[in-house]
Amino acid sequence: MLADKIQEVFNEPGCGVNQAKTTKERKKGCSKPLKPGAAAGGCAYDGAMIALQPIADVAHLVHGPIACLGNSWDNRGTRSSGSQLYRTGFTTDLSELDIVHGGEKKLYKAIKEIVQQHNPPAVFVYQTCVPAMIGDDIEAVCKYAAKKLGVPVIPVNAPGFVGSKNLGNKLAGETLLDHVIGTREPEVSTPNDVCIIGEYNLAGELWLAKPLMDEIGIRIQSCISGDGRYNEIAAAHRARVTMVVCSQALINVGRKMEERWGIPYFEGSFYGVTDMSDTLRTMATMLVQRGADPAMLNRAEAVIAREEAAVSKRLERYKPRFTGKRVLLFTGGVKSWSMVTALEEAGLTIVGSSTKKSTKEDKEKLKKRKGEEFHMWDDLKPKEMYRMLRDSEADIMLSGGRSQFISLKAKVPWLDVNQERHHAYAGYDGIVNLCEEIDKTLSNPIWRQVRLPAPWE
Amino acid sequence: MTHIHRFPASSKAASTNPLKMSAPLGGALAFLGMDRSLPLFHGSQGCTAFGMVLLVRHFREAIPLQTTAMNQVSTILGGYENLEEALKTIYERNKPSLIGVCTTGVTETKGEDLEGHLKTFRMRNPDLNDLNLVFVSTPDFNGGFEDGYAAVVQGIVESFAEPAEQRVKGQVNILAGCHLTPGDVEEIRDIVEGFGLTPIIVPDLSLSMSGRQPTEFTATSLGGTTVDQVRSMGASEVTLVLGEQMRRAAAALELKTDVPSLFFDRLTGLEASDRFVKALAEISGRPVPARLRRQRESLVDGMLDGHFFLTRKKMVVALEPDHLFTVTSYLQDLGVDVVAAVAPQQAAVLEKVKAGTVMVGDHSDVEAMAKGCDLIVSNSHGRMGAAHAGVPLYRMGLPMFDRLGSGLVVTVGYRGSRDLLFALANIFLAAETDHDSHHGNQSHEHGHDGCCGGSGHGGGREGGSCGCTGA
Repeated sequence: MLADKIQEVFNEPGCGVNQAKTTKERKKGCSKPLKPGAAAGGCAYDGAMIALQPIADVAHLVHGPIACLGNSWDNRGTRSSGSQLYRTGFTTDLSELDIVHGGEKKLYKAIKEIVQQHNPPAVFVYQTCVPAMIGDDIEAVCKYAAKKLGVPVIPVNAPGFVGSKNLGNKLAGETLLDHVIGTREPEVSTPNDVCIIGEYNLAGELWLAKPLMDEIGIRIQSCISGDGRYNEIAAAHRARVTMVVCSQALINVGRKMEERWGIPYFEGSFYGVTDMSDTLRTMATMLVQRGADPAMLNRAEAVIAREEAAVSKRLERYKPRFTGKRVLLFTGGVKSWSMVTALEEAGLTIVGSSTKKSTKEDKEKLKKRKGEEFHMWDDLKPKEMYRMLRDSEADIMLSGGRSQFISLKAKVPWLDVNQERHHAYAGYDGIVNLCEEIDKTLSNPIWRQVRLPAPWE
Repeated sequence: MTHIHRFPASSKAASTNPLKMSAPLGGALAFLGMDRSLPLFHGSQGCTAFGMVLLVRHFREAIPLQTTAMNQVSTILGGYENLEEALKTIYERNKPSLIGVCTTGVTETKGEDLEGHLKTFRMRNPDLNDLNLVFVSTPDFNGGFEDGYAAVVQGIVESFAEPAEQRVKGQVNILAGCHLTPGDVEEIRDIVEGFGLTPIIVPDLSLSMSGRQPTEFTATSLGGTTVDQVRSMGASEVTLVLGEQMRRAAAALELKTDVPSLFFDRLTGLEASDRFVKALAEISGRPVPARLRRQRESLVDGMLDGHFFLTRKKMVVALEPDHLFTVTSYLQDLGVDVVAAVAPQQAAVLEKVKAGTVMVGDHSDVEAMAKGCDLIVSNSHGRMGAAHAGVPLYRMGLPMFDRLGSGLVVTVGYRGSRDLLFALANIFLAAETDHDSHHGNQSHEHGHDGCCGGSGHGGGREGGSCGCTGA
């Protein structure tokens, strides 16, 4: 069953990469075989957890031995405007004895305890490698528990060894499609309702876009999954338009919502001025096409014009400071395109970008805009990255936490633009935040000092 | 303590806000104390990714850690090929001086034959004979962080230590448990070297995890004990065993080398430090250096100055077993009332721990028992429970991702003991002295996340639970 699901998400027709493949290639799926001894990154369980854990009022229970949750909980900066239950780490912490006897009874007991103590609107149960190997049927346990306890208990069947983090994202999306979306009717429904998919509200980023949407009259009916609430997501099928933010990860959800409930989707981004304006414009246009008041378009244009003017004024002060400064962008590729646009708007020069997780179209876009000389790396080795930075081929590196020490050990300024960061970079305000952070880092007096040799050398 | 409530039966099925970390992760940390080594997890890649992120956040260092990247098929059919490929790839790319293999829940559930794997690898790859390998079984579902760490130290010693014909005068072995930070290890080396002794410390995290600035980027650890040093442990005069968890590694070393062991269950506190220093004086035949004598005086003075603020304070401590024993024992030395001691997993040392309640539990248990207490001592994961209970949290142990310098905190020896005493006492001193200024308004509101947790408190003893140290 899980194998069918995996095959299905690999066959995603909404995915541009997939469309370009032959039938035979498509069957092989998109996960590249991982090289033992040289693989990095998370597993499918990791991906599933990342995609769903931001649903704030749900209890997230990890069925497995301690490593899966014990080493990983409380490590993402996704924020909630209310319930904090999502931050609580629940695990069955399977012991040797459980593995001999099977963990199903313990799992049921754990679900029951959580429901009794915390009374959540739903419990999400994550399958991991070990119980999958011994044959614990979490789907059956969840079904039984839901019936017994009168609360939705959702099985998330994405044990680590089935594949990469990206596959886990997709399986999480499938879980929502199979068990959650469409199971409830919303209390309120308006022609201005949108559902956002693949926005995790890291460092509260969603909240930088939301006030503008409020002003235009666009109502976020649900966000999958940043600052999400179970009941809102269960009613996401009544949204009028969906926006797919992280298209690589959750396009399957957008496409299937269109297929099942006729909700059109578009791929958008909240990063960078141009992308942000495009997103607001597209959203309003699509809502109007589906019956929202056409005045929404004017409101959108007014907000865009005002914000663009304001942001361009606010970015002015950075331009002289940024002139001649070169940035090495290493985001894993997902945000590369929109980040490039954003940074150039502030006067920075991008010397190269990783494109490991970028789509073919993203790469084409980059090439077209940046010319053939622009560096794009599918897989830049840390050693080479270190050399580039040490030899001052860039003035600052923007990346995720994983590569921060490559930059810092080379004594080159570094800024976190990934999941663990504490600053919000989305929307118009976000781009100013980003520039402010870059400026603060670049102009810090430590850089001159730390590069000095000891006086006796 | 008239009555100690030991191991109250917990029938919970769901561990909530776990204190426990996995055994392979502890194993990886031990390998990181070996020079130019690369730990490898035999499991699916998530096992490695999570462990790596945790250590990166704690130490704020690049953490070399690799994976055999087991997939569904290799998990069912057996992972020897993945293991072999990983070892060869790592050897080619990184040329480490040691690869340390830890198993995970995935490969242990399958029941992979690790010893057999090692033999097969050696047989099939004679050209890699010079590659040092240590294979250690560390199932995720058995024991925890400390157990994995201890098993790897034992594995390192068993793999490399050799008996020697002759003793080297002044050479001593030190087996350092995971309750010691890299900063602690550095302090211990300083103390030992102060007696003119030459220590071989296994593992030595102070050389690899205390903020290195490499001239070239390498994907291995940046320092630590060399394999050759471990080989020469048989020539030492004595082995200093630091922590109950090191007993088995010590026994293994003694069995192989006949070097006698001296055991120290903790190095924090006046009497504990005295025992250590006295032993070093005897081994070296030298007088105690003036520096240590001054430090001892300073600790005694600090105890006199600081005891006012710690007497009868109610605390709950939740740490890895040996660390738990060290800290609770020291707190009792200082007159603190340790209401509860919580360990993430069972361990022999827990029999020696004295507290109102001694139990194996998680942060939700800590939260429940800390109600009405003055302080919680635990890792950064304790912050949510502390906020809920309205009790301030003093961070110790691992992971400590929301403070800088967590790897360099020193709490051993006279100096470290004094600094820990001051840090704890200052929380209460600050609460007393700062109370009037920032609690002038009776209808105060506390909204700081993770600081006070919004608990109401008026004065007197309760004032101590504010924890808004203002520092």
